[in-house]
Amino acid sequence: MKALAGALVTIPITLIGLALVTFLIGRVMPIDPVLAILGDRAPEEVIVRTRIELGLDRPLPVQFARYIGQLLHGDLGNSVMTSHPVTQDIAHFFPATIELATAAMLIAMLIGIPLGVFAAVRQGSRLDTVVRVFCLTGQSVPVFVLAMLSLLVFYARLGWAPGTGRADVMFQDMVPEVTGFLTIDTLLGGDWDAFGDALAHLAQPAGVLAWFSIAYIARMTRAFMLDALSGEYIITARAKGLSASRIIWRHAFGNIAVRLVTVLVLTYAGLLEGAVITETVFSWPGLGQYLTVSLLNADMNAVLGATLVVGLIYVVLNLLADLIYRLLDPRVRS
Amino acid sequence: MLRKQSLERQSMLTRRALLATTAAIAAAPAVPAFAATPKDVIVMAKQIDDIISLDPQESFEFSGNEIGGNVYQRLVRPKPTTPEKLAGDLAEKWDVSPDGLTFTFTLKTGPKFASGEAVTADDVVFTLHRAVILNKTPGFIITQFGFSKDNVEKLIRAEDGKVVMTLPESQAPSFVLYCLSANVGGIVEKKTALANAKDGDMGNGWLKTNSAGSGPFQVKSWKASESVTLEANPNSTIKAYAKRLIIRHIPDPSAQLLSLEKGDIDIARNLETEQLKSVAGKKDYTVVASAKGSSMYLAMNQNNPILAKPEVRQAVKWAIDYASIQKNIVPNTWLVSQAFLPKGLPGALTDLPFEQSVGKAKTLLSQAGYPNGFEITLDYSSAAPDSDIAQAVQANLAAIGIKASLLAGEKKQVITKTRSRQHQMALLTWGSDYFDPNSNAQAFCYNPDNGDTPKLKTLAWRSSWQDPELTKMVLQNVKELDTEKRIGVYEKMEQIHQDRSPFAFILQQQEVATMGKGVSGFKVGPMSDLTDYAPIQKT
Repeated sequence: MKALAGALVTIPITLIGLALVTFLIGRVMPIDPVLAILGDRAPEEVIVRTRIELGLDRPLPVQFARYIGQLLHGDLGNSVMTSHPVTQDIAHFFPATIELATAAMLIAMLIGIPLGVFAAVRQGSRLDTVVRVFCLTGQSVPVFVLAMLSLLVFYARLGWAPGTGRADVMFQDMVPEVTGFLTIDTLLGGDWDAFGDALAHLAQPAGVLAWFSIAYIARMTRAFMLDALSGEYIITARAKGLSASRIIWRHAFGNIAVRLVTVLVLTYAGLLEGAVITETVFSWPGLGQYLTVSLLNADMNAVLGATLVVGLIYVVLNLLADLIYRLLDPRVRS
Repeated sequence: MLRKQSLERQSMLTRRALLATTAAIAAAPAVPAFAATPKDVIVMAKQIDDIISLDPQESFEFSGNEIGGNVYQRLVRPKPTTPEKLAGDLAEKWDVSPDGLTFTFTLKTGPKFASGEAVTADDVVFTLHRAVILNKTPGFIITQFGFSKDNVEKLIRAEDGKVVMTLPESQAPSFVLYCLSANVGGIVEKKTALANAKDGDMGNGWLKTNSAGSGPFQVKSWKASESVTLEANPNSTIKAYAKRLIIRHIPDPSAQLLSLEKGDIDIARNLETEQLKSVAGKKDYTVVASAKGSSMYLAMNQNNPILAKPEVRQAVKWAIDYASIQKNIVPNTWLVSQAFLPKGLPGALTDLPFEQSVGKAKTLLSQAGYPNGFEITLDYSSAAPDSDIAQAVQANLAAIGIKASLLAGEKKQVITKTRSRQHQMALLTWGSDYFDPNSNAQAFCYNPDNGDTPKLKTLAWRSSWQDPELTKMVLQNVKELDTEKRIGVYEKMEQIHQDRSPFAFILQQQEVATMGKGVSGFKVGPMSDLTDYAPIQKT
């Protein structure tokens, strides 16, 4: 309870700090934000008028205070690119990223953790070598290479996967947006064909994203398990004649769970931040793509809004990790 | 012991899993599991993240204007086959008073909006008023004739079913008509716009994402950085062969090609040199191209005393290997062009007076007092193909002794720098605002005030270049009533410009679109708003 109260104090301070840093970067970067709104051709009088309307003619502290004032009212301003309120844009783009990240995370956990455990248990074996090579390639192959190869093989050559985007054109504008999660919206609409299509479109980019997370999770799990398996309590367990699976999963794995949670939470946070390259190659309209395009267009309201959301995710997930620690490890509670 | 048992168990599991996986992969059908697009639906892949608004009186970006050109009709429009001539779009005919002050448009009787209502003079007048009153970015195309919020209702009016437009000052008729043919002149249905107006915005908020036009298509939806869906306008007098046209934002050119090969899209709009090579000569694909009104040029800032010397400017122009840059870097997507009016626009000079001549360039540098060259910076956009071209220009300049340091930046960053005249040399691109030659003539020649706070920051001003003769010619030629004579003056201005200006024009964009199997009819226009979707069909 005390920790939760502490976090509730820390979160707003962190977010204000984040807003300040992002705001300053946005103001000092060598791109005129009015260009983003009016383009390069607008007459000088229109440029001056817009600068005044946006408050860009005022001192930086005044601009920041005004921005924070808007934030406190839940107003992140309007995006230049989409003409919509940034909150509306985030509500539209973020579910696509959450959907992709969650699918990738599930795949990564289901494969990465067992791989890491088995590699540790069979240290020095062929499986261990394979896992280590997999981890090395997984973390060193550029994501765009893997994404393009995946499209080439599974989409273009084998025809096992659909192409880019979240859904086939047949379902374009056919699924009412309720939650923004296409898989859930298709289910809510009872449209099984659309649901299957959404899942099929999700599988490939999620698989590509998961590859990198599998590599990281497997490597970390292996290292944690090797450390745990060398502990004296494992020798004691063996001496007591406990079964192999009980020793591995109950005693060794149970003891690395706390450290593994940190890895998983940070991995998930990284995925939620938006996998820009994967989203670009797969034309996935997620937060990463939104943030990148906004940045390149000097759409500062959108950049600030999306950055705050990403920051908030990190903070909340870290808090979540702390709470899980307390559940899993009695020493932390005490 | 424990470890061995565990190893054996896991080893079996692994082998079993491996066998099962292999069997599953082998048994899986290697067939294209996902069907091609339906015949009456055209799917186009394009980079559309530049769209800010679909309101014709606000849109000023390539993709938004292209959609506007297919959703809205204008009074007049350049003829598709001979764009240097104008044809009536909504106007049956037009009369210009001898003094060039009054334009009277008689409207065609057939055109209807998507709502089924006929297009009337009231709608046209409302639209032109709207352009002036909203005064969004493209508003200057109309307000430059002297219209303002205060006088527009008096000067543009409906009389006996005709549209009468009286200019505050006499202007060249071709100039006025070409400006009316721009996307900002897309005629909006008054009733629909006002029905959706909010806080006196004349329907601007609603029209950003919806439409009220009489063109062959209407906007069904726009999802930023995702897709635009158009549906055929059943009431339009222009027949659209496709019932629905979906423009999908697929930013990666390789992904566009894969989708085209699989039949998931019908037209790929952003294939680059490598992808175009792979479809070249294949019978399933049809490649269409059109020279666009966009130029790539090297700007030399005249506030730099070295670049201010005429011989240095000429030396740079003779140092560049135009043909080699085009052939080796952008063989399909850009053409060599050396005048401020790109090919396709009225009055464009198509001859190429400059070619690489290291000897001539070195002689000119010696005459300028720099026989051993000098050091300079060159700003450029880090995106392709600018980065490759900047490096080629750097090598060309090095051959005559000019050591150019490359400064890469994001495109808007480079523009911001040039707008404040902080650059020395910069590699830039520029697209014409409207089809009339005045658009580029004004941008590259006009600079009446070279001070720090001019009313108009033209490209000539941004390079601190003032040429009183050309500035005067720009002003005079927008009032020239004789169209042929006017075009002749622009040709003369281009020659003077090639000789004196601090702009070395290098390339002109060529837009290429690739149609998949059975797809035909797509026409790329010389301006974005002249690209035509209506004839696209699929067999």
